[in-house]
Amino acid sequence: MASRQPAVEFQRVSKSFGSVRAVEQVSFQVEDGEFFSLLGPSGCGKTTTLRLIAGFETPDAGHVLLHGTRVNHLRPYERGVGMVFQSYALFPHLSVERNVAFGLERHGVPRAEIPARVAGALELVRLRPAQFAQRMPSELSGGQRQRVALARALVLEPRVLLLDEPLGALDLKLRKEMQLELKSLNRSLGITFVYVTHDQEEALVMSDRIAVMSEARIAQVGSPAEIYENPRTAFVASFIGESNLFDGQTGRRDNRRVQVDGGWVRLWVPSQPGLEEEQPIQIGVRPEWMDLFPLDQVPPGENAIPGTVQDVIYLGETIHVLVALDSGASATVALRNEGQLIKPVPWTPGSRVAAAWLPEDSQVLEPDR
Amino acid sequence: MAWFGRRPSTRLASLIAPGTLWLAVFFLVPIALVFGYSVMRRDPFGGVLPGFTFEHYRRFFDPLYLDVLGRTIGWSLLVTVVSLALGYPVAYLIARERRRRRLLLFLVVLPFWTSFLVRMFAMIFLLRDTGFVNSALVAAGVIDEPIQLLYTPFAVLAGLVYGFLPLMILPIYASLEKLDDSLLEAAEVLGARPAARFLRVTLPLSMPGVVAGSLLTFIPSLGSFVTADLLGGAKQAMIGNLIQNQFTVARNWPFGSAASFVLMAVVLTLVLVYLGRRDAAGAPIG
Repeated sequence: MASRQPAVEFQRVSKSFGSVRAVEQVSFQVEDGEFFSLLGPSGCGKTTTLRLIAGFETPDAGHVLLHGTRVNHLRPYERGVGMVFQSYALFPHLSVERNVAFGLERHGVPRAEIPARVAGALELVRLRPAQFAQRMPSELSGGQRQRVALARALVLEPRVLLLDEPLGALDLKLRKEMQLELKSLNRSLGITFVYVTHDQEEALVMSDRIAVMSEARIAQVGSPAEIYENPRTAFVASFIGESNLFDGQTGRRDNRRVQVDGGWVRLWVPSQPGLEEEQPIQIGVRPEWMDLFPLDQVPPGENAIPGTVQDVIYLGETIHVLVALDSGASATVALRNEGQLIKPVPWTPGSRVAAAWLPEDSQVLEPDR
Repeated sequence: MAWFGRRPSTRLASLIAPGTLWLAVFFLVPIALVFGYSVMRRDPFGGVLPGFTFEHYRRFFDPLYLDVLGRTIGWSLLVTVVSLALGYPVAYLIARERRRRRLLLFLVVLPFWTSFLVRMFAMIFLLRDTGFVNSALVAAGVIDEPIQLLYTPFAVLAGLVYGFLPLMILPIYASLEKLDDSLLEAAEVLGARPAARFLRVTLPLSMPGVVAGSLLTFIPSLGSFVTADLLGGAKQAMIGNLIQNQFTVARNWPFGSAASFVLMAVVLTLVLVYLGRRDAAGAPIG
């Protein structure tokens, strides 16, 4: 099934609306069958990127390719992609059945085949045709509308399905259910999914790869683990999950590590190519990779910054301890909850502590553009 | 506002009472009067004499009057169709327009600032032999000498369309403006070319506006008499002229009342049939 050509490819694509640059010099490839997410805050250009794939916008510069064919100026109805809209965009004057049949009718599918294909698509999204086919969209719940919108797109068997924050309006439980369902549809149907979301957790759960967007550009493309564990910039580090950021100046290096001068603390970070001596550096550390120790009990070899506990926040799975560091910065340290009734964390606001982590858990970040 | 009453039913009653009262006094009572007149005897000097007769209704079903009624309905349908053909594209354009929308809407409503009568007089100046249209055509060399425009069926049609066009445009605009862009995009991505997109999505979803606009154009056209009087001369009489004539010149109030009632019955029947057919077709009604 998998072809050698990427399902979707952007080559240095730019798009402006008036003086607003929505997408700038964006390049990426989506492999056939992949679940690819465009993730970023509102206004980062992710929806414009999706609309460029669908054909609702044409690029000012660069090329948009679908399966190796340049489609820059093809109209949406000539591209053969499917799309699920944020608002579902079900035709309010047509029944569920007629909504799903809409695309089939436009593509000249013989009338006799349509009912069976409509029923098949509804079953695919787990709506019983006998129960739902004759209903009007106004008679459906949000989750059911979502499924009809999905069936309407899938019935045409597109090779690429575009989804624009389709779960945004659903409640949390339904959303989690749909996330897994979408993921399994992507696997079982072999259709390429391009999914726009601002919800980082959603992107992590579903995606094979994520493109993190910020200010009209792609900040990083990678698997969920790469994005989370090896963020390239401070933006990515703080947008995907939480991160404690520290600024410093690189100092001397040995074979594996580079010393960082953070004002009056010395830290070690893993050595990596491009990291020179005497240059400014920003590092990020995930809260759950940090630990707290009494000032005199920091294990040897760990980076440690002294500070005072400000607050202890109970989150269930974890306990977040907010520490005001003596350097003036603050840090969040996530401790595993081992049962506050049995084995409570020994820290209370005012405790003097050292926030410590292993040098190799430091993420060296590039400056944001 | 305690004096509205605390119980919902009291409050509802106090809110609808003024409107109900107004309608009762100025709509139901006159209608009852007109119906009463239509079954009384004629007083040759105007007004009515006591009595009870259906003679005036019987008289109306004379081919002469039925002809006027038929012509009026035909004219009004034509006015409606022409208004729809001219008004829909305008409404569509305004709804698509982002920046100049307010200005365009203002221009559509602008004619309402002058009286209908004044606008019809303006049409005379446009259409008469020495009027703007003829002068322009002669100047452009399209015609050698002025053609007769005023006092023709065309003039009546033009006047009525001009008079009622905003009533067609505004409701259609209202329903098109509500149309969600993502529906059009969904249609497009599902394979609908522009024509199919219009016929399958835009048009059906703007039908409430088309229905409202058509009724707002058709019904006043049926009852209009000023336009036919001023622009059609005496030759293009419509039922409105007939009724007006019975009350003013012919001084036959009972017959005028009977004609009014027949017209009202026709309007009601046509509207109900129209709405009923649309209901049966399963299309949404505004």
